[in-house]
Amino acid sequence: MSAAAAYALGISRAAIHTGVITRRNLLANLRLPDVLILSTIQPVVFMLMFLYVFGGAIQTALPPAAHGQYINWLIPGILAQSAVFGSAPAAYGLHNDRTNGILDRFRSLPMARSAALTGRTLADLIRNTAILGLQLAVGITLGFRWHNGLTGLLSALGVALIFGFACSWLMAYLGLAVRNSEAIQAAIYMVVFPMTLTSSVFLPTQTMPGWLQAFAEHQPVTAAANALRGLTLGQGALPAGHTVTADALLAIAWAAGICAVFAPLAVRELRRGLD
Amino acid sequence: MNDPAIAVDGLTKQFRGGTRALDGLSLRVSRGGIYALLGPNGAGKTTLIRILATLLRPDGGTALVAGHDVVAEAGRVRQLIGLAGQFAAVDDHLTGRENITMIGRLYGLTRRAATSRAAEILTRIGLDTAADRQVKTYSGGMRRRIDLAASLIGRPQVLFLDEPTTGVDPASRHDLWSLVRDLAADGTTVLLTTQYLDEADQLADRIAVIDHGRLLTEGTATELKDRTGAAVVELDLPPHQLDAAMTALQPLAPRRDRDRILLPAPDGPLTLRHAMGLLDQADLTPTDIALHGPTLDDVFLALTRHNTSRSARSTA
Repeated sequence: MSAAAAYALGISRAAIHTGVITRRNLLANLRLPDVLILSTIQPVVFMLMFLYVFGGAIQTALPPAAHGQYINWLIPGILAQSAVFGSAPAAYGLHNDRTNGILDRFRSLPMARSAALTGRTLADLIRNTAILGLQLAVGITLGFRWHNGLTGLLSALGVALIFGFACSWLMAYLGLAVRNSEAIQAAIYMVVFPMTLTSSVFLPTQTMPGWLQAFAEHQPVTAAANALRGLTLGQGALPAGHTVTADALLAIAWAAGICAVFAPLAVRELRRGLD
Repeated sequence: MNDPAIAVDGLTKQFRGGTRALDGLSLRVSRGGIYALLGPNGAGKTTLIRILATLLRPDGGTALVAGHDVVAEAGRVRQLIGLAGQFAAVDDHLTGRENITMIGRLYGLTRRAATSRAAEILTRIGLDTAADRQVKTYSGGMRRRIDLAASLIGRPQVLFLDEPTTGVDPASRHDLWSLVRDLAADGTTVLLTTQYLDEADQLADRIAVIDHGRLLTEGTATELKDRTGAAVVELDLPPHQLDAAMTALQPLAPRRDRDRILLPAPDGPLTLRHAMGLLDQADLTPTDIALHGPTLDDVFLALTRHNTSRSARSTA
């Protein structure tokens, strides 16, 4: 067999194995109806909470692109937040797989090494697609209107999912690197809450103190939230000097960067058991 | 096919905490049959299995499985082995059938082959009626069987079972034993670890006793028992006859154990007959007589106790 043929065979084998593991992880979601229902409702409840708690106070501080409705400002932001939250199952899932000996079993099989991780992150991507779709649908029934065409809306969804997928790799790394179940919970919160709250997800960053604003304006969740806002509401929703295309590309670049850093780290952690 | 199933040479492994799990272990397991690694907790049994199953890299020495090096040819080794662990690594949310089919797919079977082979295995292990229930509804014994079944779908040449019956009720234990015997009868080489002497005695063709990461002894159960020492005659007598009996039995080196007299019986039944003759001459009649060979317990305790005192001395 030529090297190229062997390589192609390796790729197709990895694809099959990734498919098998993705299916397994998705089935686990469906087989736990309580978890499925709660994890689906939670983002919607969050959205309603922020909408009605913050909405009244913020109405006046909104840029004109929000068309006077906080929901128009909130939905793109909350989709970015949900994409980040939706990556957490990768951490729990891989941690449990290790504790239950399932990762050991996988590692003793003649399967593609990468499939245990890609099967996890892909399953979470599919799950996130469903959750973000639902959230958007509820948002639309509550009055969210996009002002940049259907293409803009779908692109926004795409950017959110790509960003969430990147976060899944970060979470995969956390789930494998942190060995203690309780510490994992804390580690996830440490990433998820500061990153989403010190961003433009809920509020424009201009009202934050200067030092925080400097961070908030340049961190990846803000990049994702801005991109989503630009793609759904148009140029006017963005801070001065930003363009929709540039912000969308910036969000994708962040996603690529997060993957480039954390995917190899996760693979390294997976192998670490060897020594 | 003339390679031994497992050939381990001078294997060492030290963990980061400084624990020396394997300390120059060498072992040879020929093809076919059941081989037991017997040893107390922390003896290095699981470490050895993990190295052989390519989950852990040794620090030194070599290990070959079916002629392939577990480090240099890990991929090849994985195609030839099956592993079932102490913790029954099966997916709770999947059904028994889904679990086995999934592992089959990961072994490289096509969907169709995995499905039909899974059905075959489920019937064989007697789980066909429960096959479409989620594993979380299974009993402990059923989980072990599904775990074992999952390791069979790749038709392994060498099957590693790490404490296959730890924490399983006695009935399930016997079911698992007969399943393991069945597999060995098909030509699969089974290497199992256990801390239960009866399990090694009942199941294994050969036994290696390991402790502190070293091989203490190796052989068939009978050989091990023979090496430890001979059989023992036990005599129960009425209390007032005990002193007289001790005197009468003097040529046989008797030992008092409360109301009982124990005699080493190097010649087995002949020793027993000799003892009866001596008692008869002294007009003494035992109330109960027993002749028994050494148990694996005797072997195990003799060996591990010796080893413990030696290593205690070496660290002092």
